[in-house]
Amino acid sequence: MSVASRSDFRHGRWHRRWLGPIFGLVCCAATCSGVIVLAILLGSIVAAALSGPPDHPWYAFSAQVSELWGLIRRLAQSTQSSSDPTIAGFKVGIVGSLWLLGLVAVVGIPVGVAAGVYLEEYARPGRIRSFIQTNIANLAGVPSIVYGILGLALFVRAFGMKAVAMGPSLLAGVLTLSLLILPIIVLTTQEALRAVPQSLRQAAIGLGATRWQVVSGHVLPSALPGIMTGTILGLSRAIGETAPLLMVGAAGSLLRLPRGPLDRYTALPVEIYKYARLPNQGFQTVAAGGILILVAMLLTMNAIAIVIRNRYRRYY
Amino acid sequence: MSLSPPRPERPPVEPTAEVPPESLTRPADPIVLSCRALRVWYGTALALRDISIDIPRNQITALIGPSGCGKSTLLRCFNRMNDLINGARMDGEIRFDGQVISGPDIDKVSLRRRIGMVFQKPNPFPKSIYNNVAWGARINGYRGDMDVLVERSLRRAALWDEVKNKLDRSGLDLSGGQQQRLCIARTLAVEPEVILMDEPCSALDPISTARVEDLMDDLKKDYTIVIVTHNMQQARRVSDMTACLMLDDSSTEGHRTGILAEFSPTNLLFTNPKDKRTEAYITGRIG
Repeated sequence: MSVASRSDFRHGRWHRRWLGPIFGLVCCAATCSGVIVLAILLGSIVAAALSGPPDHPWYAFSAQVSELWGLIRRLAQSTQSSSDPTIAGFKVGIVGSLWLLGLVAVVGIPVGVAAGVYLEEYARPGRIRSFIQTNIANLAGVPSIVYGILGLALFVRAFGMKAVAMGPSLLAGVLTLSLLILPIIVLTTQEALRAVPQSLRQAAIGLGATRWQVVSGHVLPSALPGIMTGTILGLSRAIGETAPLLMVGAAGSLLRLPRGPLDRYTALPVEIYKYARLPNQGFQTVAAGGILILVAMLLTMNAIAIVIRNRYRRYY
Repeated sequence: MSLSPPRPERPPVEPTAEVPPESLTRPADPIVLSCRALRVWYGTALALRDISIDIPRNQITALIGPSGCGKSTLLRCFNRMNDLINGARMDGEIRFDGQVISGPDIDKVSLRRRIGMVFQKPNPFPKSIYNNVAWGARINGYRGDMDVLVERSLRRAALWDEVKNKLDRSGLDLSGGQQQRLCIARTLAVEPEVILMDEPCSALDPISTARVEDLMDDLKKDYTIVIVTHNMQQARRVSDMTACLMLDDSSTEGHRTGILAEFSPTNLLFTNPKDKRTEAYITGRIG
């Protein structure tokens, strides 16, 4: 056995003292890129406000806010989608999106969570499992328009079988969006289950618990915050999707609210898209108002996700 | 205390001409667990070779030996926890109360209720202290008074006085030693016959260790305990019988295989080891 002598260590070690700070700087620059874009965006808005007409000074906040609030309320309450931007509104789209949201939650969450539990807790590791696993991971990255085409062939037309084809109904949209968020829910469920320490499972098994008792008594409650967070994030992706809904036939303009899952429907992002394409300048304001409503809905859902995660982090 | 009148003394049993059922006359089998020619593989690697051992009832049996010699593997074979490890398989025979438990079609769930386990790292459930103890009993269909069971189990685990005023607090708020006693209480609550302990004190400080050791001594009146330990002093202090496992030197296949070097009463094994390797191990020359 030879013992390492001092000459075995290299002398010039200065470069490793520099590498750390350099790497840190590179990472910091990467972080700043996002911040800089955001700052430019906000700066341009502020600049536009400052250079506004003098009769409407920038510090007259409350008047402008109440004006904006009035616009949004009008947009949210009006069902009109006529050629007149002053009476156009999003009520049908908002209600349609809420229908979609509720039904996607009912369809997508149980299936996704159950699939995640099966893959993580029941399936034996092997080729089939890793094949499914790889596919799910890839599906999470598939562009949403592809799901739209899939939904069109599978649900709307049912490959030409008229008896089971759903047509451009709310249900077809729900199933398409459920497919879209399924991989996200499955992956986050698996991630949450994997974070449950193995010692907890062993403790329960050692007491004579069946697999069902282990999963329902300990594993799922421990993983619940993670599962719920992932689920809500998946739902907020579903509510913002436009492309697949256009494919499966969400109506461009609709004057009445959907009355059931088999009725025709439209969704908020689809309506925004429709208004944004119209040439009349007034509709730009309408579309912008719709975007604000959509952003508010998304932020609310993400806030709920954060609250749930913090609330249930330790206690269940 | 109830104020019912004292029961009359039971009259002494008169010898009768009839032969009572065999199960009443025969004393309980002194051997609880017995292994014959047990071999365990992980994948293709042989982890344990030809283990034959008889675990006596109401005594503490210690399993000692160097790292990687398969002490924990042997322990986990007794309640079939080893089956949870991917690629683990075993061969040979294990009997529990005379009944073969090494077959593929035994009811592992009810076996694990009868043979409880305490793990190396205290692993209480992230629930209240009360529910930590009650959960195992509940899932096993306990129908008696849960409060009584919880108190009795915590008393038996010498933890009641420390936690009786905070039963609704999380089990994770306790200290390491208390957590381990909570895990013991949880195991006792399902009324096992054997308790397997896998290095239960290795994560504890000396005072907590001493408390757990005292507790084990109390428990052996009613339970059979098998303990894996790295600490030879501990084996010497608490156990009645000691099994010393060793690595098989003749194995040349590149993985470690454990064999049973010696199994004898603890005081004999430590004062007068028959096996050369055991002697080398307990005197600190190897391992």
